[in-house]
Amino acid sequence: MSKKKLGFLNRLKKQAGLQSMVIPGVIFMIIFCFMPIYGLSIAFKNYTVVDTMSTAKWVGFDNFLIAFKDKLFWKSVINTLGISFLKLLIGFPIPIILSIMIYEIKDGPFKRIMQTISYLPHFLSWIVLGGMMISWMSTTGMFNEILLSLGVISEPRNILLDADKYWMVAVLSDVWKEAGWGTILYLAAMAGIDTTYYEAAEIDGASRMKQILHITLPLLKTIISLNFILTVSGLLKSNLDQTLVLMNSQNRGKAEVIDSYVYRMGITQGDFSYAAAVGLGVSIVSVILLLTANYFTSKVNEESVL
Amino acid sequence: MKKANISENKRFDIVNRFVLLLIAVIIVVPIWNIVACSFSSGKSLAEGGFIFWPKEFSFENYKAVMNDNSIWKAYVISVSKTVIGVVTHVFFCSMVAYGLSKKNLMGRKLYTSMGIITLFFSGGMIPTYLLMRQLHLTNRFMIYIIPALFSYYDVVILMNFFRQIPVSLEESAKIDGAGVWKIFLRIIIPLSKPALATIALFNGVYQWNDFMTAKLYITDKALYPVQMKLYEIIVQQSVKNISVGSVVMNTTSKGIQLATIVITTVPILIAYPLLQKHFVSGMMLGAVKE
Repeated sequence: MSKKKLGFLNRLKKQAGLQSMVIPGVIFMIIFCFMPIYGLSIAFKNYTVVDTMSTAKWVGFDNFLIAFKDKLFWKSVINTLGISFLKLLIGFPIPIILSIMIYEIKDGPFKRIMQTISYLPHFLSWIVLGGMMISWMSTTGMFNEILLSLGVISEPRNILLDADKYWMVAVLSDVWKEAGWGTILYLAAMAGIDTTYYEAAEIDGASRMKQILHITLPLLKTIISLNFILTVSGLLKSNLDQTLVLMNSQNRGKAEVIDSYVYRMGITQGDFSYAAAVGLGVSIVSVILLLTANYFTSKVNEESVL
Repeated sequence: MKKANISENKRFDIVNRFVLLLIAVIIVVPIWNIVACSFSSGKSLAEGGFIFWPKEFSFENYKAVMNDNSIWKAYVISVSKTVIGVVTHVFFCSMVAYGLSKKNLMGRKLYTSMGIITLFFSGGMIPTYLLMRQLHLTNRFMIYIIPALFSYYDVVILMNFFRQIPVSLEESAKIDGAGVWKIFLRIIIPLSKPALATIALFNGVYQWNDFMTAKLYITDKALYPVQMKLYEIIVQQSVKNISVGSVVMNTTSKGIQLATIVITTVPILIAYPLLQKHFVSGMMLGAVKE
């Protein structure tokens, strides 16, 4: 036993150099990743600005029960789900279609220019894009200008002050920003397709549309379902950056999402326990969504993607 | 038969190209509109009625921004946080990744399972906020650097890259009596430039664009990065905008806002051609991260 222990220590000593490289990373993970996970215990406590971790009282599931009865919480859930479902409906298919369209361009320069342009908005921060949107949608901005000259509207209106349009504004701006970037994944998958499939189809007289429907799309099935699972498991995720820039007193009722609600309750109002409980509840539901989505797609695909 | 096919092919190509061009216009024109507006005089901004080219060309917005000291200070913070953040992040991650890439490392299983847990679980906003407060990182410049030091995604990518480096290179150095640190610094790092560059560029974009860190942890305006400064300008503007009843805009502040937007985005545009070379590998980073 002691001999074995000595061997262990000797081995450890021998790789002291390697360990000295890894240990800082391990310490980092313990402090910055595992401590906050442990910190989630405040969701079951009554921890406010005046308490410390140890003096806060245990309250069991009280915070969760309060959230269940809280109308504002449910409103933020509805807004989050509404925006997410619209994003799924519009933002999910567009990168697939766009990547196929880009893949179908056969000459190099046009393809490269298209890719360069479509990836660009991804690198703008939400603060920058939010500022741009406020300018575009103001009464003297580009949108009103275009709509007026097309005769769609007769009076300029600030679209961001119209709560009923907020969901669409949030979804379309997200699609504008991320659709191009979303094509990279599919284009990388398509680069691996054997071109002889298309040559054979061409000889058989299959049109380009038919080639897309019967060759390209089926070969993308796995990556599409993987992406679908990730999107579905993110249905309760919301875009805090986007919300914080675009939300104003007029559209708050439609713009408040779960993350901004957690931010407001926790950081602004100091009700840490309640906000942590909301955050924890939402992540648990997200995990359930992920597993459910994986179960259903694996049924369809006959193989589990995860 | 064949002829019909060719003409159909052509039709497909024309429609495809036309729609793609339309998409390019939808992306480029709004961005161009912002640039055009930022070079417009306050008067023409208030009147509106232009999209591509300012009615009255003027530098007054940029002059106003450049006269505002606080924006330059924010710019300095942003540049420092990006440069220091990227260098420390890349060094820290590659150091850990090199250690973890060795199969004989003791405790490797434990370390990697810890890493994988961090990919799937996190404490979320509130516990993280409380931790940063306890660590006295709030209202310190280091809040931009220390919590951003490590990312297990980046470690995995670097680990896979290090494994592809031929062992023979390390072995000959070992025979010459070099220790692991020396091998890491002298052999591994210089050989891994492409992988390090990818991680550096995407981490740089994150650092430059990040505003949540400042929004959550910084109340001292002297420590605001450009993004937070811009947020402050935008929110103030929209508050004003609403209080006036959404019709009139404070034109000088709108101009300043637009000029700040352009100035904030210029570094990203400069880095963009560099970034392009790393898109596919960077996408792998982004795909898992989101």
